[in-house]
Amino acid sequence: MARVDALGQFSARDQDAILVRGDCRMLRVMNAVKPCRPTRHHHPLRSTLLLSCLALLAALALAGCQRSGALPLRLTNLSGHMPNLSFSLTDDQGKAVTASDYLGKVVLLYFGYTHCPDVCPLTLAHLHVVMQRLGPLADGARILFVSVDPARDTPEILHSYVTAFDPRAVGLTGSPRALERLSKDYRAAFSREPDQANGDYEVSHSAGVYIFDAQGRARVLASPAASQDDIVHDLHLLISQEAKP
Amino acid sequence: MTRTRTSGIASIMRARVWPLAAACLLVGLLPCAAAQATAAQQVHATQAWIRVLPGALPAGAYVTLRNDGDQPVQLTGAKSSSYAQAMLHQSSMSGGMSHMSGIGSLAIPAHGQVVLAPAGYHLMLMHAIAPVVPGTRVRLTLEFSDGSSLPVEFLARPANAIGPDSH
Repeated sequence: MARVDALGQFSARDQDAILVRGDCRMLRVMNAVKPCRPTRHHHPLRSTLLLSCLALLAALALAGCQRSGALPLRLTNLSGHMPNLSFSLTDDQGKAVTASDYLGKVVLLYFGYTHCPDVCPLTLAHLHVVMQRLGPLADGARILFVSVDPARDTPEILHSYVTAFDPRAVGLTGSPRALERLSKDYRAAFSREPDQANGDYEVSHSAGVYIFDAQGRARVLASPAASQDDIVHDLHLLISQEAKP
Repeated sequence: MTRTRTSGIASIMRARVWPLAAACLLVGLLPCAAAQATAAQQVHATQAWIRVLPGALPAGAYVTLRNDGDQPVQLTGAKSSSYAQAMLHQSSMSGGMSHMSGIGSLAIPAHGQVVLAPAGYHLMLMHAIAPVVPGTRVRLTLEFSDGSSLPVEFLARPANAIGPDSH
C-alpha cells in the first residue's frame, strides 16, 4: 500500500519492467531478421533449425539485456527517472562533503531527523540488519542519513545518532537551502509540524530509502513496505556489479 | 404493660435488623463491584521495551496490552520517574510521507488487544532524568481513563534493536 503511495510521483515499477522487456523484444525482432529468415522449402530439419534459432535468439536477447545494464532488481526502479546523486553538505564529523566523496560506494539515501523516536530508528535498524546480512560486501555501501531538521541536528548529535545504528552510516546536515534542494531532486518532501506547547515540534518526511549505484546513479527506491530480502537482493547485485572489472 | 413490652421488642428488632440489612445489601453489591474492576486490573502488559537513543533524544516505548475484561478500556498516557514526559503517539504513512501525531487516548477492546509497536502506536518518552542504559529495566505507569494506573517494567534496548528480544 505504502509502495503505491510512494510511487505516486514516480514512474511505476511495472512500467519500467515493461520498458526493459520491450527493449529485449525489439532486440529479438532485429536479430530475427538475419539468422532466421523463413525458407520456402519444407526441409525435415526445418523445425529443429527453427528451435535452435529460437534458443539462440533467447540467449542473445538475455545477453543483450544484461549488457545494457538492466539488472534484475526487485525494488521500485528509479533508473533514468531521478537525477544522479548531487549535494554539498556537512558530514557528522563537521567536514564539508559532496556526492563525489561517496563515488565508488553504493549509497542508501534516507531523509529523517534525530528527534524522531519511532519510524527513523526503525528504518535505520532495518538497514543495519540489511548491512549485516550483506557481510563483507556491506563495505561497498554507505547509509547517508540526511537531516531535515538542521536547527536541532548538529554534526555531534548526528554522529552519536547514526553510529548507534551502523558503522557504515553517515549523518549529513547543511543549510536549509541545500537540504531543500537535495530533497526536491528526489521529490522527497518534508515539513515541520506546528510547534507544541513545550517548544518541541514534529517533522513529516519522505519514508523511502533511495539507492544509488557506485557511479551515483539513482537505481531503486525501497519503500517502507519493501521487504528486507528485496533490499539485500538489490544491494547485493549493485555492489557485486561494481566489484566486477 | 403489654403495649410497652411490644414496643420494646420492636425497638430491639429495629436496632438489630438495620445492620443486618446493610450487611445483606453489601453482599448483594459485591458481584457488581467485581464486574466493575478498574482498567488496570483487567489489562495485562507483555513485550514491553524501549528503544534507547543516544544523548537526550526522545525514546519510543512499545508494549502489547491485552484486555481480559468485558468492557473496553482507554489508555490515556503514561508517567515515569525516569522521564520528564511521556506522550501517546501514532506514526502513520500517507503519500510516501511519514507523520507522527499525538493521540489523546487509545481504546483496548473487551477481550482484545492493542499492540504498541514501531511505525504505529507508541509512547514517546522525553527528557530522561538520568541516562537510560540498554539492558536495564525502566518502570512506566500506564494511565487509563477511569483513573486507574498499571505499573509495567520496560526493557531498555539499544537503538538498532528491532524488537523486545535480542537476536
